Amino acid sequence: MATDKHPQPIKIAILAMGGEGGGVLADWIVDLGEQAGHWAQTTSVPGVAQRTGATIYYVELFPKSAALGGGPEPVLALMPLPGDVDIVLASELMEAGRAVQRGLVTTDRTTLIASTHRVYSITEKSAMGDGRVDADQLLAHAQAAAQRLVCFDMAALAEREGSVISAVLFGALAGVGVLPFSRAQFEATIERAGLGVKSSLQAFAQGFALAQNPALITPPAPMAQSATKPVPQEPVLRACVDQVWDMLAEPARTLAIEGVRRMADYQDPAYARLYVDRLESVHQALPQDPMEVMAALARHLALWMSYEDTVRVADLKTRGSRFDRVRQEVGAQPAQLLRINEYMHPRYQEVCESLPARLGTWLMASPRLRALGERVLSRGRVVQTNSLSGFLLLYVVSAFKPWRRRTLRYQLENQRIELWLSLVRQWVPAHPALALELVLCQRLVKGYSDTHARGHHHHDQLLALVAEHGARLSAEQLRALREAALADDQGNAFRSTLASQGWA
Amino acid sequence: MAERSFVQEVQKLRLGAGEEFVGEGILAVTKALLESGVSYVAGYQGAPISHLMDVLADAQDILQEHGIRFENSASEATAAATLAASVNYPLRGAVTFKATVGTNVASDALANLASGGVTGGALIVVGEDYGEGSSIMQERSHAFAMKSQIWLLDPRPNLPSMVKAVKMGFELSEASHTPVMLQLRIRACHVHGRFTASDNVRAPFALHEAMEQPQRDVSRIVLPPASFVHEQEKLTHRWPAAVDFIQKHQLNEFFDGEAKDVGILVQGGNYNALVRVLERLGLADVYGRCRVPLYVMNVAYPVVDAEVLRFCQGKRAVLLVEEGQPNFVEQNVATVLRQAGCTTLLHGKDMLPPAGEYTLHEVLKGVRAFAQRYDLIAAAQTSVAQALPAAASASAAPAPTPTKAHKVFALKPLQQVVQPRPPGFCTGCPERPIFAAMKLVEKELGAHHVSADIGCHLFSILPPFHIGNTTMGYGLGTAGASAMNVPAGKKAISIMGDGGFWHNGLTSGIANAVFNRSNNLTIVVDNSYTSATGGQDVLSSKALNPTRSTGHLIEKAVRGVGVEWVRTFKRTYDVAGLRDALKEALTSTQPGPKVLVAQSECMLNRQRREKPQVRAQLAAGQRVVRERFGVDSDTCTGDHSCIRISGCPSLSIKTNPDPLRTDPVATVLDSCVGCGMCGEVSHAAVLCPSFYKAQIVSHPSAWERWWDGLRRQVVGVLQRRRAQQLAQWAF
Repeated sequence: MATDKHPQPIKIAILAMGGEGGGVLADWIVDLGEQAGHWAQTTSVPGVAQRTGATIYYVELFPKSAALGGGPEPVLALMPLPGDVDIVLASELMEAGRAVQRGLVTTDRTTLIASTHRVYSITEKSAMGDGRVDADQLLAHAQAAAQRLVCFDMAALAEREGSVISAVLFGALAGVGVLPFSRAQFEATIERAGLGVKSSLQAFAQGFALAQNPALITPPAPMAQSATKPVPQEPVLRACVDQVWDMLAEPARTLAIEGVRRMADYQDPAYARLYVDRLESVHQALPQDPMEVMAALARHLALWMSYEDTVRVADLKTRGSRFDRVRQEVGAQPAQLLRINEYMHPRYQEVCESLPARLGTWLMASPRLRALGERVLSRGRVVQTNSLSGFLLLYVVSAFKPWRRRTLRYQLENQRIELWLSLVRQWVPAHPALALELVLCQRLVKGYSDTHARGHHHHDQLLALVAEHGARLSAEQLRALREAALADDQGNAFRSTLASQGWA
Repeated sequence: MAERSFVQEVQKLRLGAGEEFVGEGILAVTKALLESGVSYVAGYQGAPISHLMDVLADAQDILQEHGIRFENSASEATAAATLAASVNYPLRGAVTFKATVGTNVASDALANLASGGVTGGALIVVGEDYGEGSSIMQERSHAFAMKSQIWLLDPRPNLPSMVKAVKMGFELSEASHTPVMLQLRIRACHVHGRFTASDNVRAPFALHEAMEQPQRDVSRIVLPPASFVHEQEKLTHRWPAAVDFIQKHQLNEFFDGEAKDVGILVQGGNYNALVRVLERLGLADVYGRCRVPLYVMNVAYPVVDAEVLRFCQGKRAVLLVEEGQPNFVEQNVATVLRQAGCTTLLHGKDMLPPAGEYTLHEVLKGVRAFAQRYDLIAAAQTSVAQALPAAASASAAPAPTPTKAHKVFALKPLQQVVQPRPPGFCTGCPERPIFAAMKLVEKELGAHHVSADIGCHLFSILPPFHIGNTTMGYGLGTAGASAMNVPAGKKAISIMGDGGFWHNGLTSGIANAVFNRSNNLTIVVDNSYTSATGGQDVLSSKALNPTRSTGHLIEKAVRGVGVEWVRTFKRTYDVAGLRDALKEALTSTQPGPKVLVAQSECMLNRQRREKPQVRAQLAAGQRVVRERFGVDSDTCTGDHSCIRISGCPSLSIKTNPDPLRTDPVATVLDSCVGCGMCGEVSHAAVLCPSFYKAQIVSHPSAWERWWDGLRRQVVGVLQRRRAQQLAQWAF
């Protein structure tokens, strides 16, 4: 048979998400091929996949010159055959993984060109904690499966050039030089398409350059560690830093110093002192020095002690640094005016908790005032932070910071914190593993209003469990319970795990 | 206004004899209709033939030049009934709709049409939505062709074959007085290719002549005794006539090969897949010249006994490549061979998968099994796992070592990191807040039975909403809750889109609920288009359509059939308001069905309309306010409840900039269109204060600039004061 005497079609699969320009890319490649004397065929299965779903565009090119005396035309396929694809273009890292999973990427022939940026799946996004999959896993699979892998963050490039990923991919495709067409032919294709030509060509050039010289790709910087001891001006803070520096080793040290910084920002040096004393109290209880407990504690104690109350929110929302950040985030030009509107919905409980403890407790207790208050606060408010009235409102609220220690919320949080710490201290000597899991339980306490209440509820249950059955409770069980509490926001997994472990 | 504009492409419909047409398959079919001299075209949109409808809509001036009437049918039944014009008059007509879902709706009209038969050519273009990316039940239109005796064409998926099928289809229809169904698979509809055009033909007999000199022939009407005669006629006259025509014009193709003692019968639509697989196995070249003889059935129904016997003559065995189940053709061919006493062995779904899409990989496995059984290739590799290296080894490229090849199949760890990407609501979709509001109501009143419908809104059954218990078909949301009509603690909720509402929901659902005294709630999602099929106009569209009558309110129609409790909600993004309206409807003691019309324009179409305007305004230096949302990462605690209640593509997560926090924070991507849903939800659900709405004012007025400057100064002073305090303690 003539099979090997004649050239094969060039087989190209494009994996993209709906509305990502995969179709445009396919059309470019077809036009490129046809202008360069090839038969070109492309097809896809749009339908509802267009609506943000993952979809595959498939292209085949065949040189007319190779045809026997100008004909017959080759029979081209309408879908890729696993193990028989020359080039795979993936607009995103998980789509690259999908291409490997579908067997489209093989070591004997496939050049895989992919963007390393992530567009998170709904499963990853909606997790209550961190549901993101390991990008290195995906990269490793791509690396292992492809004959040649060219990948870099094309989304960032596209954004910088004010263009789209498909243009960068097209540039990378030209850059790897697997197609028998010149750079000029590629660029002419973009010009013929005639839409956003200038920015597309710039993005194309970037993709081309990086594909030819991957060395240009800059790796992300690792988390900075404080190699040298910082020296605060304020004496109390300086003392705190010194104490932490001597008490702890990395990674606990960096986290604890960050914690001191956070306490000063949140309240004042005295509060930082309280933070360090609390660390100290657990550290003393430690038999030897398992830094993971202290690292976890430095992190989670700082987070808990800087709980988000109305004062904190008002403070953060009104800072100049925040105004600048928003400006930069939304990409507002200097000539443009920017209005920042906050969506605030304080509930009666939160208002009471921000008041002096006695008053707050009394207001919470009074059913008539509660009814009234809840009616007043039933609707959320939109506050324009950079209007005079809006700013002053929040600024005044944040000005109550010095009186924070008197508030009901402060009392409640501190009772909880102390109970938590006492249990940690109690179990750290005999059962450090359990203590560690107990420290990590602080993760449950986050969010606002209902979310926050639910978290606290689960956290309290776990503390009670440790207090009561600590001796019979294994670290694994506690971890399982904590993860169950983060599995769904109805608390179903949590209840069932409690039951399965025989506590409820 | 459809999602995709074909205003440029339609000029290709003017191409004359000898000129080369280059473009999409579905556009080529449209050109073929013009070259066949049709008098009228009708249809109902839906993938994969939405583009056919959009092309026709954008080509109306060209259609008028040729005296062709184009109808946007109210449903597939309407479209099929339109073919009645070809019963008494020598008028060629074509209708189009989506796959079995369309044929289901159309089958009443199709059966009546097929019984009486046609005078002018009647062509039904059915876009098959089968396999990957399909959003419908996996069935075959083939069954409809058989039960009503409509001839079924399944041409090879290249433009010349598809164009030929259209033209021959009309002739076959006229020669046998039988409607003809042209089946186009989704990939064929969207395939980019080329063919040599002919001149367009104007129909010799015009529609107005039919209207002015009406003819009738009682023997064509489905009523006894004529209907009994039709049944006989189908077998004694129309079938033989069709078979003669098919053979005479060689609609089915024979490709010879050296290995004469075996052969492969294949549906035209699967030809390219088969040839590629044979080429991979070294049994064909890239030009389709095979060692194995092929019989390509471009006519899937009827099966031409004589041709089958001729092909199988003297062969040890043949393989039939027939996609989908039941295996109608295989059963048919088996009977033909058996009754003729032919000893050729018939293989089909014993070697190929009994059900599911015939992907290249599946066809490869089946054909390899056949080729090995009959010594066409060495019986070396047989296992599935080795299929691919075997395939590759047939190519010019050197064979990969098995270890490498096995990587292809090392899916297990990948399955944990590669997650599905279900289709979902677009950024800023006005349907999202409806389901967010339903979620909030669910929190208060508990879960309700929800009868879902067909349309974008069906994405509510997927994460993050998980709303919807059943879906019984287009426009049947309310009908699907009919039985839930007894005194109970809760009402049932039905969802219906404006598309489904006008398609049949008004009668099958709303009127039915009125007549049967239902108390349930129907939410009609009114976004001004049939969005899921590509944003075509419907009666209630707000857009002024030059050739169609729009602006007919759904509320008026609903009241017209006797619904008392109707609310039209004009801004779906008002989640709290929508939540309260839903609660009112669900708790109302007033008897009779409740209908809530939730109105807001489809964001895809709205953006397409507004973006150019905004660009123009900016260019002209006019004042423009752009809104988009954002999240303050220092107050976001990474709980993601906002995402769980929204699922907006532009609401995502990013690594927490806070060195102390580990969970990723929510973030709003620049694709945000500022629909306002995030803010409304964080209010209604009392989520968190992290969301902000940024209003970016371009070309502000002098007064605005002055006032803004003043504010900045005052605010700046206070901010610097605060910053200095913090600076003392910073390090």
